[in-house]
Amino acid sequence: MENYLYAIVMGIAVGVINRVLMLRNDHRNYPTYPHGHLTHLSLGFMAAALGAVAVPAIAEADYTAATFLVLAAQQFRDIRNMERETLNRLEETKMVLRGADYIEGIARVFEARNYLVILSALVTSGLVVYLNFIYALAGAVVCVLFSLCLMNGKFIGDIAEVEKAELYFDGSLLKINDIVFNNVGLPQVRKKILDEGLGVIIKPKDDNARLTLDALGQRMAIIHDVVSILGSKVEVDEKELTPMARKDPDKGYLALYIVANEPDLEILIDVIKKVPVLESAYNTTLKTFLGRKAAD
Amino acid sequence: MDIGLHGVILAIVTTDANKICGGTCPIFAAHGDEEKEELGFKLARVLGGTVHDLGNGVYIICRHH
Repeated sequence: MENYLYAIVMGIAVGVINRVLMLRNDHRNYPTYPHGHLTHLSLGFMAAALGAVAVPAIAEADYTAATFLVLAAQQFRDIRNMERETLNRLEETKMVLRGADYIEGIARVFEARNYLVILSALVTSGLVVYLNFIYALAGAVVCVLFSLCLMNGKFIGDIAEVEKAELYFDGSLLKINDIVFNNVGLPQVRKKILDEGLGVIIKPKDDNARLTLDALGQRMAIIHDVVSILGSKVEVDEKELTPMARKDPDKGYLALYIVANEPDLEILIDVIKKVPVLESAYNTTLKTFLGRKAAD
Repeated sequence: MDIGLHGVILAIVTTDANKICGGTCPIFAAHGDEEKEELGFKLARVLGGTVHDLGNGVYIICRHH
């Protein structure tokens, strides 16, 4: 019986540690600090408790309890809805939107991380019950490393090259290379864009990357991350300075322009390279037979 | 979800009213480019729109969603 207590305590501890390690606060400022963190740590604790209790419940042949735990674990699906709802509400007051793809990606990640917490707590407590603490410790380390590995997805820098580009006006049309962004009527706004605007092109490394960058959600995610670090001079009633990402339909690369509060081109390029590739936008067409044929 | 600009024409400012053939939005005639720019700017701020230059002496003020 005492062994079960140790198993549950250790399972919960490993689960909570895992959740803490997966809870990052970066430039995107989400989840918000401190209350958003508190919410997720609390949910992480509950997930860890569920996972830690499962094996002792089964070992005691308490199958009703085990079934109940599975039902309780299903409640974590609501985390995705909770995140989606919160982020969608926040979109209403944002001038530069995250976009549905980014929101879905974030919501999915938060849900998945709680399942990882359940898994790490379950493995740890199971190893304590059936083997010993040493194996449990090793299992916990493996689970935590596995969770951290899943956090390291691909970035735009892995699938594309980001280069400086020149903004210019062809009459009233704002352009980079042959890509048209917008028609800017007022001369003073054109001057401001030429003086303060930054332009880059994002060249995909292969056809998979081209399709990924083609996704509107991925483009919105890039713009959102850039604005969250460099800021934007777009105002409620002055939409001329809205940052945009447009595609060259023939060559497949993207051009991005922004009038930033911090007009630092090097940082802009670095930020774009570190934008995550969204799960919903990530494309692996070249791994398929027909995709490779089409790319010939 | 769309990241593009699209919307409605709120007003037209022109130095040559003969180039406008009807429509449902107000048309403002300006005497010269300077007045056209001034009118375009003010209308855009009042209406919450964006000024676009059609290149033939006509500005359209659009609202984008």
